[in-house]
Amino acid sequence: MSYIPHTDLERQQMLAAIGAPTIEDLFEAVPAAHRFPALDIPPALSEMEIMAELQALAEANDHAGDFALFRGAGAYHHFVPSIVNHMLLRGEFYTAYTPYQPEVSQGTLQAIFEYQSMMVQLTGMDAANASHYDGATSLAEAVTVAVEVARHKRSKILLSPNIHPHYRAVVRTYHQGGSLTITGDDAPRTTAELAEQIDDQTAMVAVGYPNFFGQIEDIRLVAEKAHAAGALLVVVANPIMLALFKSPGELGADITVGEGQPLGIPLSYGGPYLGYFACREEYVRKIAGRIVGETVDQNGKRAFVMTLRPREQDIRREKATSNICTNQGLMALAATLYLATMGKSGLKQAAELCYHKAHYLADSIDDLASYTVDRSLPFFHEFVVKCPRPVKEINTALLKHGIIGGVDLGADYPTLTDHMLLCVTEMNSKAEMDRLVETLKEAR
Amino acid sequence: MSEPIIYDISVSGRQAVSLPACDVPKAKLPDELLRSDLDLPEVSELQVVRHFVNLSRKNFAIDRNFYPLGSCTMKYNPKINEDTARLPGFAHLHPLTDEAESQGVLSLMYTLQTWLAEVSGFSAVSLVPAAGAQGELAGILMIRAYHRERGDDKRVKILVPNSAHGTNPATVTMVGFQAVELPSDEDGNVDLDALKAACDDTVAGMMITVPSTLGLFDRNILEVIRLVHECGGLMYMDGANMNALMGIVKPAALGFDVMHYNLHKTFSTPHGGGGPGCGAVGVNVKLTPYLPGPIAAIVDSDLEKPAPLYGLIMPEKSIGRLKAFHGNVGMFIRAYTYIRSYGGNGLREVSRHAVLNANYIRARLHDEYTVPYDRYCAHEFVMEGRFEGVDGVHALDISKRLMDYGIHPPTNYFPLIVPEALLIEPTETEDKATLDEFIDVMKKIAEEAKTQPDLLTNAPHTTEIRRVDEVRAAKQLVLCCRPVPEWDVKDEKKEDTKA
Repeated sequence: MSYIPHTDLERQQMLAAIGAPTIEDLFEAVPAAHRFPALDIPPALSEMEIMAELQALAEANDHAGDFALFRGAGAYHHFVPSIVNHMLLRGEFYTAYTPYQPEVSQGTLQAIFEYQSMMVQLTGMDAANASHYDGATSLAEAVTVAVEVARHKRSKILLSPNIHPHYRAVVRTYHQGGSLTITGDDAPRTTAELAEQIDDQTAMVAVGYPNFFGQIEDIRLVAEKAHAAGALLVVVANPIMLALFKSPGELGADITVGEGQPLGIPLSYGGPYLGYFACREEYVRKIAGRIVGETVDQNGKRAFVMTLRPREQDIRREKATSNICTNQGLMALAATLYLATMGKSGLKQAAELCYHKAHYLADSIDDLASYTVDRSLPFFHEFVVKCPRPVKEINTALLKHGIIGGVDLGADYPTLTDHMLLCVTEMNSKAEMDRLVETLKEAR
Repeated sequence: MSEPIIYDISVSGRQAVSLPACDVPKAKLPDELLRSDLDLPEVSELQVVRHFVNLSRKNFAIDRNFYPLGSCTMKYNPKINEDTARLPGFAHLHPLTDEAESQGVLSLMYTLQTWLAEVSGFSAVSLVPAAGAQGELAGILMIRAYHRERGDDKRVKILVPNSAHGTNPATVTMVGFQAVELPSDEDGNVDLDALKAACDDTVAGMMITVPSTLGLFDRNILEVIRLVHECGGLMYMDGANMNALMGIVKPAALGFDVMHYNLHKTFSTPHGGGGPGCGAVGVNVKLTPYLPGPIAAIVDSDLEKPAPLYGLIMPEKSIGRLKAFHGNVGMFIRAYTYIRSYGGNGLREVSRHAVLNANYIRARLHDEYTVPYDRYCAHEFVMEGRFEGVDGVHALDISKRLMDYGIHPPTNYFPLIVPEALLIEPTETEDKATLDEFIDVMKKIAEEAKTQPDLLTNAPHTTEIRRVDEVRAAKQLVLCCRPVPEWDVKDEKKEDTKA
């Protein structure tokens, strides 16, 4: 396959216009000793051959198309209406660049504006940006905002140990060059115990909603303590849960971030996903990433444009607080399409299905001798099960019955050896769940 | 015609989607935790389709228009890439699937790492970074970790030429280092005297784009690398312009220690109206232990199985995780498909033709426009969007006028060191007829600038909206089309802030 359209004649005509004898001559400034190395990459294939190879690679994976999936932990298998993909495949959307030229980018700009509007409703915040790379980097960027809001006078960042371990790792990667103290997650802590850690050096505290274990913690309690100490509350929220449960804004969050993947984006082995980021109005000028605003053109006609641009790296350069440029634009469009199609009632129905099915499965497992479901807090669509055997062994048994079981929590939480995190969405049928329970029973 | 906001076509009680009935007994919902309302649109499926099709038609895109946007490599995005990335075995694969059950995707990742390493000459690659800027963050964090590991904590400066992308100095600051700007000489190369003066034992490294953002191969590149290495610094290559280098020169062979690739530029994954991308990083042996993870590796050669068992590993002294999972895997699949389409020799043809196309436009426009560095260029070149004796016409006006001719503007006002810069990158996938049409239009615009400048300064004339009021957008912020929800807690919070 080649997408180069040139004919020999055209190449000759072009070289003549340039005044170069050969294409090789155009590279005379490249150090001669290193010019034109061989590339040890297999020769070109035809489209048919490529498709066959990629199909074979794809089928060498155990995926949710063939297996009953009960795994979440930050990536969720939800129903995606057909039209989402059809609209994403409009070349006018996916082969466009970042909308720097508003006159020829109103489609992308208006879609982002609608995305921001829907995310504001979902989170209960005042404003949302056009996206970050994923939920984890959204949280890392929230840390930067909190430190800016505190004018660098506070350096303590409190992370709940119940936030996704990978998110906490990403925060540490991003901020390893700074002088922040990132703490709070060094030991198991309840919501109240975490809130006790907030002091006058704390720039922000972050909690999950639900937390990594699917549980709904008392966000208001943390909000009160944080605000009394002058710290920001950052809530990491699952957007599907927000269709049913109170918004972080209502509970007192200053910034809400999270993984937008559940909103119409396939699992795709971890990416591309969508880091959403929403905040209260007073922080809008301090956040990173692209923001679209409404304005008018020179004839007074409504128009959309990227705004508050002087925050960004291409203008502020070394004084910018983040280097983000390319974000996850098309994934934000996917979420917009999904939210528009699911709509007010459809999204709520999906969330309710998740809730009811998860509770059905939890009750069924709880009825099994030797398995215990953690009921210490209310949960949405994920829950923790204490198992009678190592999770790895149980998952091997499940796989034989066409089931991908839950995540083994022991790896990231030493106190939770033999504990499994299970997830249920609207995609899981009662029959699948009954099969899971039956297999767990046999695997005791 | 202006397209209403989706909320404005919403009708209470309408629903586009239908979901299956609940097949389990309903559990009790905790009423005190539930929200009372959610303001999302209520529309039919056809309304959604028409709305977004109509919106899409307001965009210029590669599939519609020539898009010579310098430093962005707006090449054709092959359609098969979209199909392979959407194969169910990839699309429905959970990121925490056990390694033994995800051998297909791990094998693809491992092979792609190997091919990208071969293109650049580096010894190892991590695919994790989501975009060029995140690749830069990874690269500078690795350089930092390398020096600190050796106890060399005084190295806090990163040298950055004044022609650099804005992400370079912004990255340096994010990592807690200081950016030191270097001037360019009259040929567009790094000013060697300034470089010599800046090189000391506080230099952690240098970030440089090759070919430069002026679209030039720096003639002194080996000397630049030697000087930085001599003072103990490491060399970072911004790989945004890799489309000029495949099979032409390997950055590692020149002496670079680390670089990022933009799979969404060089390797044809679509720009998506602003992402997702992939900013994979390649490193030499010095920096391999510091790569961000997880990366794909051969972890076991099980004798029972014919194929090696691929797995995910965190490099020994990794700077850590940059994303929740393994990166933008959908982009890996597209890039893999692309490299498979061309093969090694085909990739060299890509770069040869990208450079041929750019030089053809340069050679045919340098009489009408000022080309400040008028020598053989790489895959792009910069010219000035201004004319002698015509004061009121700027690069922006030429850009806007191009829209009237159905062509996307080049990058303008970048690089910053060229006045009224127009950075033009045609890419290899454009045919001669398209380039000729662009050249004719640019000549016509140059003529219009002298005879009817209003045509430019008032442009565009034919687009649905005209130039927009950006000041109003920033001053009277409207970021959401609905009333933002009001909560009691917010008012309490505001009083707290005042107190």
